[in-house]
Amino acid sequence: MEPFTKLTGIAAPLPMQNIDTDKIIPARFLKTIKRSGLGVHLFDPLRFNKDGSEKPEFVLNQEPYRKAEIIVAFENFGCGSSREHAPWALLDFGIRCIIAPDFADIFFNNSFKNGILPVRLPREVCDQLVEDAKMGGNARITVDLERQVVVRPNGEEIHFEIDAFRKHLLLNGLDDIGQTLQHGTAIDTYEAQQKQDRSWMPTTTAA
Amino acid sequence: MSASKPRTLFDKIWDAHVVERLPDGTCILYIDRHLLHEVTSPQAFEGLRAAGRKLRRPDLHIAVADHNIPTVGSRVPEDIKEEDSRIQVQTLEKNVVEFGVPYIPILDKRQGIVHIIGPELGLSLPGTTLVCGDSHTSTHGALGSLAFGIGTSEVEHVMATQTLLQAPQKNMRIDVTGTLGLGCTAKDVVLAIIGKITTAGGNGHVIEYTGDTITNLDMAGRMTVSNMTIEAGARAGLIAPDQRTFDYVKGRDFAPKGEAWDKALAYWKTLPTDPGAHYDTNVFMTSAEIAPMVTWGTTPGQVIPVTGVVPDPMLIEDEGKRSQHLRMLEYMGLTPGQHMTDVKVDVIFIGSCTNGRIEDIRAAAHVAKGRKVADGVQALVVPGSGLVKAQAEADGLDRILLEAGFEWRDPCCSMCLGMNPDKITAGQRCASTSNRNFEGRQGIGGRTHLVSPAMAAAAAVTGRFADVRQFG
Repeated sequence: MEPFTKLTGIAAPLPMQNIDTDKIIPARFLKTIKRSGLGVHLFDPLRFNKDGSEKPEFVLNQEPYRKAEIIVAFENFGCGSSREHAPWALLDFGIRCIIAPDFADIFFNNSFKNGILPVRLPREVCDQLVEDAKMGGNARITVDLERQVVVRPNGEEIHFEIDAFRKHLLLNGLDDIGQTLQHGTAIDTYEAQQKQDRSWMPTTTAA
Repeated sequence: MSASKPRTLFDKIWDAHVVERLPDGTCILYIDRHLLHEVTSPQAFEGLRAAGRKLRRPDLHIAVADHNIPTVGSRVPEDIKEEDSRIQVQTLEKNVVEFGVPYIPILDKRQGIVHIIGPELGLSLPGTTLVCGDSHTSTHGALGSLAFGIGTSEVEHVMATQTLLQAPQKNMRIDVTGTLGLGCTAKDVVLAIIGKITTAGGNGHVIEYTGDTITNLDMAGRMTVSNMTIEAGARAGLIAPDQRTFDYVKGRDFAPKGEAWDKALAYWKTLPTDPGAHYDTNVFMTSAEIAPMVTWGTTPGQVIPVTGVVPDPMLIEDEGKRSQHLRMLEYMGLTPGQHMTDVKVDVIFIGSCTNGRIEDIRAAAHVAKGRKVADGVQALVVPGSGLVKAQAEADGLDRILLEAGFEWRDPCCSMCLGMNPDKITAGQRCASTSNRNFEGRQGIGGRTHLVSPAMAAAAAVTGRFADVRQFG
C-alpha cells in the first residue's frame, strides 16, 4: 500500500449528502476479479450519460478537476454497500483524500486499507473548503497527515482527528495483515482458551 | 473487566472476542464465522496468493455464490450467459478448492442468499462474531450474533488471521413498544426507524433493538429489522437471544448438538444486557408511529405511510437539502403533494436478504390469493434459498402466486441490485421488498420504492401503491 504522508492537490467540490456506494460505483461494475481499472466507472451515474458520453456539468468532467486528488463532500459519504470497489475506483481515478463531515463506517474502514485518507471536519469547515475547491487550479489544498492539518489556500490550518493506529499504518504504508500476524502468539493463546471456554462452538465442516 | 459493571449484549460479545487491545484502543477481535460470496472475495484470495498466505482456520469459513446467479433457466455455472458473472462464479469455485474453504454448490438445495442461509443452516449463532464481505451481514444480529459487513481487504485479513482490527463502537438502543397495527410488519418497523433516526443516525454505533414490538416479532421479522440496520448507518443490529431464538436455532444443520447444545444454551442465556447497562444513545418509539410504509425518495430514510403524500421540498429551509430533494423528486418522477396510492407501478420484486424468507412469501401469497396481477405489471417472486423455495412449494404458495400472475423464480439476490439479468429499465417504477432505493440500484434510471412483502403484493394486484389494510 502506498504511504500517505502529505498531499497538496486539486480538490473537487461535491457538495452533496449521502453519496452512496451505488453512485460511487454501481453494482454492474462489481463483476470483476481485479482491484484495478475501476476509475473509468467512478461516479458513473453522475459522470456519464446513458450513451456513455460525459455529463459536462459534473465536476470531474471539468478542468482542472479531472486531475483532482481530493474530494470535498457533505454528510454520510460512502453510505450503503460494503463494496471495496468504491475506494478502489476512487484510488484508480487518482483520489487520495476525501474530506466530509462524516462517513459511513464500512467505507471509512475500507478507505484506510487502500491508502485513502478520509478526513472528518465539521460541516461549516466543509462549506468553506467547498468554496475553496470551486476556485479550481488556483486553489490547492494541502492535507498533512503527520501534523493532522488541512491547509486552506489562504494558509489557514485546520486540525483533524485520526486514530493513532490508523495514522501509523497509513503514514508507513503498512499492510495490516502483516501487522496482525506479529500478534500470532496472542491469537494462538486465544484460540486455545476458547476451545475450553466455548467448546460448544461448531465448525463449518460439522454438518 | 470488572464483573460488577453492567454490560450490554454488545459489550459482552465484544469482550469475549478481544484477542488483544492495542495501545490506542484498537482491538484485535476474534471472528468465529466468515461467510463468503463471489463478488467481494476474488481480490482477497488473490491477495493471499500473492503473499503466499493461506486461511488460518478454513473450518470457520463457508462460501456460497448468490449475487450473479440467474433466476430462470440453467443454474450450472458454465451456462451463465453474462461472461463477467460466469467468471466471478467460476473463480469462487476454483478458489474454494485451492484454499480448502467449505462451499455450498449452486445446485445444492441449501444454496441461497448468504444472509438467508446463514440463520437457516444454523451457521449464525448467538454470542458469536460473524462477518461477510457484504453490508447486510447485520441480518445475523437478529440471533444475537455480533455480525457486520466488511470490505475485501478485511475479508483477506480474516482469512489470514481469523481476526479483524476494530475500534470499539458505541452502544445505541432503539426501543420500540406497543402492538403493531393491522397490516404492519417488521419491514414497516425498520423503515419507520430509519425514517426517524436518518440514514446516518447509527454511524459509529452498534444498535440493540429492544421492546415488546421487537421481541414479539418472529425470527424472520427480527432478521428483516437487523438486516436494514446498515441503512441507518450502523454496521451491526443486535436483538437479545430469547426462547424464540433458541427454538429457531435448535436442530439446524450446523447448530451445536447434544452436550454441546446444553453448554451453548447455558452461555447464550447469560448474553442479554444487564439491568442498568449504559447505552451511549437511546431512541424510543411506539407502534403508533408505524403504519404500512413506502419510501418516496432515493435513500431508505425517505419514508412515509402509504396513506401519505409526497413531501414538499419548498418547506425545507436549507438550500442544499432543498435542491437535493428536488433532484430526487425529478429522478423519481413524483410531484409534491401526490398521494402515494395514486402512484402507478411497473414492476414488483419480492425477495432479497431483507424479505426472501418463507414468512415473506407467505405474506405475499396471502394478499395474492384469488386476485390477479394488474395489467402491464411484471411481478417477480424470488425465494431467498433453495430450502425456502422447497418449503413454499410444499405449502402450495408457488401455485397461489402463479395463478395470480406472479413469476416464480429460483433463489438469488436478483433484482435487489441487478447483478444477474433481473433488472428494471430507465423510468420503470418498482415496488420492492429489498433494502436500498438508491438511484440506479435495480437498473440504470430505475425508480425503487421499498415496501413490505404484503404491500408489494397489494401493489402488484392494484397496479398502484395500495393500503394493505384494505386487503382481507
